[in-house]
Amino acid sequence: MRPLVEPAKVAVLIFVAAILQVTIFSDVEILGGTPDVVLLTLMAIALLRGSIYGAAAGFAAGLIVDTANLATLGVTSLLLTIAGYWIGRYGETTGRDRAHAPFVSVAVATILVQFGALFLHYMLGDDVSARVVLLDALPPKVALNLLLTLPVYALVRRVLAWATEPEGATEVQLLG
Amino acid sequence: MLVFVSIVLITIYFREPSGGSLHGVQSAGAAVLRPFEVGAERVARPFRDAYGWFAGLVHAKSENARLRHQLDLYSQQVIQNQTAGRQNADLKRLLHYVGLPSFPAGYNYVASAITSRPPSEFQQQVGIAAGSVNGIRVNDPVVNADGLVGLVTQVAHNTAQVTLLTDPTLHVSALDEQTGAAGMVGHGQGRGTLIVDRVQKSLTVHQGDWFVTQGWKVGNLTSIYPPGIPIGVISGASLTDLDLYWQVQLRPRVDFGSLQDVLVLVPKTRK
Repeated sequence: MRPLVEPAKVAVLIFVAAILQVTIFSDVEILGGTPDVVLLTLMAIALLRGSIYGAAAGFAAGLIVDTANLATLGVTSLLLTIAGYWIGRYGETTGRDRAHAPFVSVAVATILVQFGALFLHYMLGDDVSARVVLLDALPPKVALNLLLTLPVYALVRRVLAWATEPEGATEVQLLG
Repeated sequence: MLVFVSIVLITIYFREPSGGSLHGVQSAGAAVLRPFEVGAERVARPFRDAYGWFAGLVHAKSENARLRHQLDLYSQQVIQNQTAGRQNADLKRLLHYVGLPSFPAGYNYVASAITSRPPSEFQQQVGIAAGSVNGIRVNDPVVNADGLVGLVTQVAHNTAQVTLLTDPTLHVSALDEQTGAAGMVGHGQGRGTLIVDRVQKSLTVHQGDWFVTQGWKVGNLTSIYPPGIPIGVISGASLTDLDLYWQVQLRPRVDFGSLQDVLVLVPKTRK
C-alpha cells in the first residue's frame, strides 16, 4: 500500500497546480508576466523525488493543461517532461543539498521552457511574436517565478513529507 | 519514452481533423476537468473582486470626473441618435429594406463564465463553461458588455474554446463608425493591442473614431460577425507617401486581461 502513497501525493499536487494555473494564475499579470505554478511545483517534485518522478509529473501536468485549454495535445507535455527530467537530474547530481538549487532550477527551466515553447509553436505554424514572448514576458515571468519559488518549494516538501514514515535505523545485533 | 509519446500526441493531434479521436478524448477530458475549474474559479472570484475593488479606488476620483464629462457628451448624442434611429426605421420601412441578421435582435445569447485562461503568451484562447449542449457551434461570435471578444474555435460537450481578438490568427472586417472607412482588424505588436489593416489611403480616419464590425454578404457568403458590434477606438493613425494603406492603431474596448463572463451569440436562424 505504501509505495502508492508517494505517487498519489505527486499526482494530487500536479493536478491541483495545473487547475490553479489555468483558472487563477494565468489571469495574474504583473508587468506583462504571469507566474507558472505548474513549473514551480514540478521543480519542487523533481528536486525532492528525482528525475523519473520529474519527467512523469511533467508529462501529466502538460496533459492536464493542454486538455483544460483545448490546446494542441502534447506541446506542454513535451516541454514539461524534459524540464522535469532535467531538474531531477540536476537535483540528483550537482544540485544535491544545495540551498540555491530550487532558484537555479526555476530560472533556467523558465527560460528554456519559454524558448522551447517559442520553437515548438513556430514549428507548428503558430503566429507568435518573439519580442512579446522573450523581451516583454520572459523577464517578469522569471522574476515572479523566483519570488514564488521558496513558498511553493516549502509547501511541496511539506506535502511530500506528510504521512511518510521516516526511515528507521536498521536493527543490528552485536556479536561476541 | 514520455518525450516520444508527447511527440506522437502532437503529430496525431496536429494532423487529424477537429472531429478526430484525439480531439474526442480531449473533449471528454475537458468535460471531466470542468467541475474542478468552475470550483477553483468560484473560490478565487471573491479575492479577485476584492482586488479589483481596491485597485479601482486608486483611480476612482479622476475616473469619476472623466466619466461625468463623457456622460454629458453621450446624453446629447443619445437624443441625436434616437432621432436618427427613428428616421432610419421609417426609411427602411418605406424602402422595404432587406438586411443581414442584426445585432442583437437576430441572435440568442448563451451567457457563460470563463473557466480557463491561456497559460502562456503563446495562446490567446480562453475556455468557457458552455459547449455544444448549449447550442454553441464553431465560429459563433463572442461578445461581452464592452464589445467583441472573439470567436468560438473549438467546441466540446460542455465546454468551448474562445479565440480572443488579440490572437494573430483572427481578423475581423470592420468599419469606422464616423467616416465609414473599412479595414481588417487584427492583433497589434504589443500584447492586447489591435491594428486596422487595409484601410485605403483615399478614405478618412480620425483619432478617437470608433471601429465596429462591418458585417457583409457576398453571394451565399455572410460575415460570421453581425454588423455594429463595438471593437475599439482609434488611438493613433498615420500615413506616409510610401504606404499603400493607413497605419491605424486601435485601443480595444474589451479588457482582455480581466474577462470574467462572455456572451456567445447564437443565430436565431440556426436549425
